[in-house]
Amino acid sequence: MTKISLRVDQENVSDDVEPRMLLVQYLRERLGKTGTVIGCDTSNCGACTVHLNGRSVKSCNVLAVQADGATVDTIERLASDDGTLHPVQEAFRECHGLQCGFCTPGMIMQTVDLLNENPNPTEEEVRVGLEGNLCRCTGYHNIVKSVLYAAQLQQGVATETEGANA
Amino acid sequence: MTAVDDRPTLSPEIGRDRRRKEDQRLITGRTRWTDNLALPGMLHMAIVRSPYAHARITSIDLEAADKAINIYDVFDGKKLQDSMGVMINAWPITPDQKAPTHYPLAVDRVTFAGEAVAVVVARSAAEARDAAELVDIEYEVLPPVLDIKEALKDEVLAHPDLGTNKSALWQFDSAAAGTGGNVDEAIEKARSDGIVIERELIQQRLIPAFMEPRSVVVDPVGEQITMWTATQIPHIVKFALAATTGVPESKIRVIAPDVGGGFGGKLALTPEEWITFAVARHIGKPIKFTETRSESMATGHHGRAQVQHITLAAEKDGTVTGLKVHLDADLGSYVALLGGGTPVLGAFMFNAIYKFPAYQFNCQTVFTNRTWTDAYRGAGRPEATFAIERVMDDLAAELGVDPLEIREKNWIKNTEFPFTTVSGLQYDTGNYEVATEKAKAAFGYDELRAEQKERRDRGDRVQLGIGVSTFTEMCGLAPSRILGALSYGAGGWEHAEIRMLATGKVEVVIGVSPHGQGHETAFSQIVADRLGVPFEDVEVLHGDTQVSARGLDTYGSRSLVLGGEAVVRAADKVIEKAKVVAAHLMEANVDDVQFANGRYTVAGTDQGIGIAEVALATFTAHNFPEGFEPNIDSEATFDAVTFSFPHGTHLCATEVDTETGQVKLRKYVCVDDIGTVINPLIATGQMHGGLVQGISQALWEEAVHDEQGNLVSGSFVDYLLPTAADLINFDVGHAVNPSTTNSLGTKGVGEAGTIASTPAVVNSVVDAVRHRGVTDIVMPLTPERVWTALQGSGGGAATVEAAEPHFEGQEDNR
Repeated sequence: MTKISLRVDQENVSDDVEPRMLLVQYLRERLGKTGTVIGCDTSNCGACTVHLNGRSVKSCNVLAVQADGATVDTIERLASDDGTLHPVQEAFRECHGLQCGFCTPGMIMQTVDLLNENPNPTEEEVRVGLEGNLCRCTGYHNIVKSVLYAAQLQQGVATETEGANA
Repeated sequence: MTAVDDRPTLSPEIGRDRRRKEDQRLITGRTRWTDNLALPGMLHMAIVRSPYAHARITSIDLEAADKAINIYDVFDGKKLQDSMGVMINAWPITPDQKAPTHYPLAVDRVTFAGEAVAVVVARSAAEARDAAELVDIEYEVLPPVLDIKEALKDEVLAHPDLGTNKSALWQFDSAAAGTGGNVDEAIEKARSDGIVIERELIQQRLIPAFMEPRSVVVDPVGEQITMWTATQIPHIVKFALAATTGVPESKIRVIAPDVGGGFGGKLALTPEEWITFAVARHIGKPIKFTETRSESMATGHHGRAQVQHITLAAEKDGTVTGLKVHLDADLGSYVALLGGGTPVLGAFMFNAIYKFPAYQFNCQTVFTNRTWTDAYRGAGRPEATFAIERVMDDLAAELGVDPLEIREKNWIKNTEFPFTTVSGLQYDTGNYEVATEKAKAAFGYDELRAEQKERRDRGDRVQLGIGVSTFTEMCGLAPSRILGALSYGAGGWEHAEIRMLATGKVEVVIGVSPHGQGHETAFSQIVADRLGVPFEDVEVLHGDTQVSARGLDTYGSRSLVLGGEAVVRAADKVIEKAKVVAAHLMEANVDDVQFANGRYTVAGTDQGIGIAEVALATFTAHNFPEGFEPNIDSEATFDAVTFSFPHGTHLCATEVDTETGQVKLRKYVCVDDIGTVINPLIATGQMHGGLVQGISQALWEEAVHDEQGNLVSGSFVDYLLPTAADLINFDVGHAVNPSTTNSLGTKGVGEAGTIASTPAVVNSVVDAVRHRGVTDIVMPLTPERVWTALQGSGGGAATVEAAEPHFEGQEDNR
């Protein structure tokens, strides 16, 4: 067992963990952060994407001990405390960017990171930027639309009612 | 009671692109996937699986695992044999169908690589998996049979005791059924004085690959045993658990919480559910099992897996005179829940939108030592649509005419509805002309044909192909009487209940069980319109057999067509019941009371009362009509008379690099008639996702086993699901002709895209290179296969020699 201390969703936490424990297992099994989900065993699907020190990572591809001293943000604290959705969440809802919703936490966390890096991406840049996240429901059409709309929302050039027509 | 209606007017909900109610919890991570559950004292289970496709189990040593730290118990098949029940097939397609007994946990023999052999129960999932490594199993390896054609030879047997790999032969003949002529006569005539197209087509094996791995939690504590499971079919699971384990049905509660996709892959009774149920009963504590992705790929059922032999007879002008189909369908190692019923569903769809005068369908199901197959999005209908749309293109090529021209020559004209097809189904409404015209216009059909010609003339390295698919499907599975005639073991009705709460809110309980389709939103819209209550006041409940006692769940594009109609009928019963109360409260004659926009009024007066007020008055029951029970809640069960028949015209343009074989999607347009659209945002989303699953069969996906029967495409590294970067945007349009089979006029949308798109893509690629002598390329159309086809070897050219059985001794005429 190894003792780790980190900051997850704006709370300080500390636990003894097995060195082999994955960050996603730590989040789900020890902290109850079940908003982050596991979709594969091979780091292909991206469903478990969270932010580690502000950058997106697949949390199945990080050991919990590697997150010692780090800041981890998950889908569960993306919205404001008063319930106001993050623009990316708002965009996915507005543009019907999800169906079953299982890939959605990872898609949204990846999108936040993508837009941090490139606030005004082209459709092509969005498609390439989401290549590490699989979705089986939407055919990506409305996910791509959601990301482009989120970019507009964040730049203040769109209102929340015109997303589906964007 | 209010004399004046001062409520804001509610605008119609049906047809409105409402944002989904379910999204709030999904985008904030407040979800209840089965694997998210943690119950007090819950233990975790791991499964030891067979590494061999076919073997006898000679010994199982559980001792080392049992002694490991934090291990609670270990089981093999013999230990659970009397309590674990069996896996059932609900659809014996013929009375003499062969179906070996299928235990959830193998007892003495394993029949595919991945079959469950032993289980370990531990305090944590990690400890269970560690200890699973300590289970020592010895096998006597038996030869596996893996290929459909090899299996048909009966030389190596998947189940030696059966003496054959053949399970059942299901046949339909239009002459015998009285629905059409004699197909053999039509083919003979065409051989001497017409055109005969004969093809062998391969439907490769696919993996549904829903994003949420399957998970099950069973809590045996309390009076009822509760099972949470990632399933499409909680009601059927409950029934089947009772029927096979001897536990009274009233002692079982099944809950499908948030379910992360299914696509038919969770239309299943799984050994994992049955084993977890048995183990929880043995131990008396809650047990969880969540599969890994690799387990999901290897052991969740697969789909498609057919060899199709098609013979199409036509006159010299292209008028089709007959179609003969023989399928060899791979069951895998057991007959699954629907089993051979899945390919048989295609029997009614090979004739598609066409007026074929003669038709014969034969389906031979066969065992192999591979993962069993069952429903995957479309289930039988994509296979049928693929074959007929591929062959109609070949007929057009034979005649040198545009593929749309040959279709129009043979399709049912819009003036001919209702039309009874050669397979005996009556199509109620449709308009293939309008859908095609709209699609052509949106696609820029003539311009793309011009570009294709220009590239061809120029000898461009990148050739343009245009693929057509004018599909139909049968939805709303299924009318109970038809299921009975097909020997299916259950009905196909659907159920709904509406509860009028004292506070004016409305609870709608549905028997269909969503896993991404947006039922909560769409059904709220239907009820809001019908009862005249605000959309926000409607709560849709589902997926828990204790809440929703009756239902037959979600698959086969049935939820809206059947479940939606059940909701409408339940709402109408509420309105009728509440009308008696409203009349009493207004001291009016019930015959003078009218209901509109959520309000009862008395003809010729300004009296009125809202339905929410009636609900409150019913709750208090202080002032109630004599002899009338104080309850306006209602339920309804709807059983359809026939199917509904969505259709559409799909056009796909691809660019094929003739030097590398690389295929690039250029444009995809579809115009579908899915009947009345309740929520265009959701319906279009269903089309997008469906299209990609069909496109993906054409271009990318295949479940591949090696010669020992190991699944080599057993993870997302090897099984190619497309990413956003592989795809394009789609132009999805509608051409609505409401269905007459239900009062909303809906037809079903969940499977349409998948059914239609596969042949559109393959036809497009073949069209791009047909001038180079290519007539077929086996799916998935990898660059290697396209390139090989272009070299004049492989692709489609190699498959005709093996065409069986009704091509034997006949001249290949293509």
